[in-house]
Amino acid sequence: MSDDTLVHFDKVTKRFGDFEVLKNLDFKVKRGEKVTIIGPSGSGKSTVLRVLMTLEPINEGVVYLDGDPLWHEKRGHELVPASEAHLRQMRKKLGMVFQQFNLFPHMTVMRNLTEAPVRVLGLSRKEAQERARELLDMVGLSDQADKFPPQLSGGQQQRVGIARALAMRPQVMLFDEPTSALDPELVGDVLKVIHRLAEEHDLTMLLVTHEMDFARRISDRVCFFDQGAIREEGPPDQIFTEPKNQRTQEFLHAVLHPEA
Amino acid sequence: MLDMLPTLLGGAWVTVELTFWSTLIGALCSFAFGIGRLSGNPVVKSVSVAYIEVFRGTSLLVQMFWIFFALPLMGVSLSPMTAGIAALSLNIGAYGAEVVRGAIQAVPKSQYEASRALNFTSWQALWYVALPQALPEMLPPFGNLAVQNLKDTALVSLITLSDLAFRAESLRNLTQKSTEIYGMTLLIYFALALVLTAVMKVLEKRIGRWKAGGGR
Ligand SMILES: Nc1ncnc2c1ncn2[C@@H]1O[C@H](COP(=O)(O)OP(=O)(O)OP(=O)(O)O)[C@@H](O)[C@H]1O
Ligand SMILES: [Mg+2]
Repeated sequence: MSDDTLVHFDKVTKRFGDFEVLKNLDFKVKRGEKVTIIGPSGSGKSTVLRVLMTLEPINEGVVYLDGDPLWHEKRGHELVPASEAHLRQMRKKLGMVFQQFNLFPHMTVMRNLTEAPVRVLGLSRKEAQERARELLDMVGLSDQADKFPPQLSGGQQQRVGIARALAMRPQVMLFDEPTSALDPELVGDVLKVIHRLAEEHDLTMLLVTHEMDFARRISDRVCFFDQGAIREEGPPDQIFTEPKNQRTQEFLHAVLHPEA
Repeated sequence: MLDMLPTLLGGAWVTVELTFWSTLIGALCSFAFGIGRLSGNPVVKSVSVAYIEVFRGTSLLVQMFWIFFALPLMGVSLSPMTAGIAALSLNIGAYGAEVVRGAIQAVPKSQYEASRALNFTSWQALWYVALPQALPEMLPPFGNLAVQNLKDTALVSLITLSDLAFRAESLRNLTQKSTEIYGMTLLIYFALALVLTAVMKVLEKRIGRWKAGGGR
């Protein structure tokens, strides 16, 4: 495995009961790479992110993060299922933004952004608040720090969600359809924030989205998922203008020309 | 008739003490065993399930008799007050544990997932994320349980404790004025219940404040 590979799914299979959501999946992401995952509903896009975020365990194969197995630990030459301690160690490198935001409704925006840095990273309240203010500034919500999430619009909530994940300084940011739950007029503000992040050289990004124009602008690579495997991948220009796989062509046609 | 009031009020004070302590200790039992029932540790879980099912499945009166009359035969003698508080607490705790468990389970799974993504331990997720959201849901049923508990304290008169019910019964034996005595006793219980309900309402308001702040 070359040094610049940060995420590596090595023949990963994930099942829900008899249903194989991920089938022998091979998938690599380089350090700093921005990868967009597209594909039909139920193809396993969210599952890839959730496996990586350690929210869903896998059945077969190995996931590597920064060279270390994610769901396993090395004991001698063998790989054994990971302990909670190992998972916590690995999670430090990951941050996730959810489709439904999943903010903590009983905490102010400020607390949403500082609670984990204080409790998990051991920052002082003051350090955490400074960090939070910078992030709120970045997502354009400096004046909302004392509000509770239900008092914000969906677009504002999602920007808080992004800031909350960034407050943990992850190496990899996972976005699962971050704008799908938003009213159309609120999508732009959120995409702007993600776009800004995409310009950061070090940050690795995995984005599941149906915003094809946006995907095209920000990604280094687009992966087309279908039935739990990658059918086609490549630079956005190639995937969007001259897809080779027939399933990709059909999917893009359906998404880009829904009226037809 | 009013000359009987001090006697009754003296008994009412015992009732208040019993209610206060058993509701407080019962609440602690509720959290301990309600959370215990959700534990991943099989020993903690089965102990909690056993406790909850035994105390919900048997009568409070028998529990109280057992603690007061049977435990001494095994070398543990408790004063009537301690035995009464113990029985009431354990009983109400078993019902409360189910309230706690239900409220915690009602916190959406997505909240735990967000906690996990932020690398909280499961205890931190419970303590900082789930419980604060579950607490406002618990309070109304807790209020009902507290009032239920107040009413149940009358049973301690059967283990020689001189509470409100006990004194009412003694006065009636003495004076035969059943109507007045039980009329006043009812009123006092009712007044106590009103106070208790009011206290719970204040708690509900304070603890649920972030909820009231919701909505755009
Ligand atoms: N917890 C679960 N239990 C059982 N089946 C599940 C579970 N989670 C997902 N699935 C199934 O796995 C398949 C893939 O789910 P996944 O959420 O990864 O799809 P997706 O590509 O993100 O789809 P969408 O675009 O609708 O979000 C779906 O068929 C889904 O029904
Ligand atoms: Mg999905």
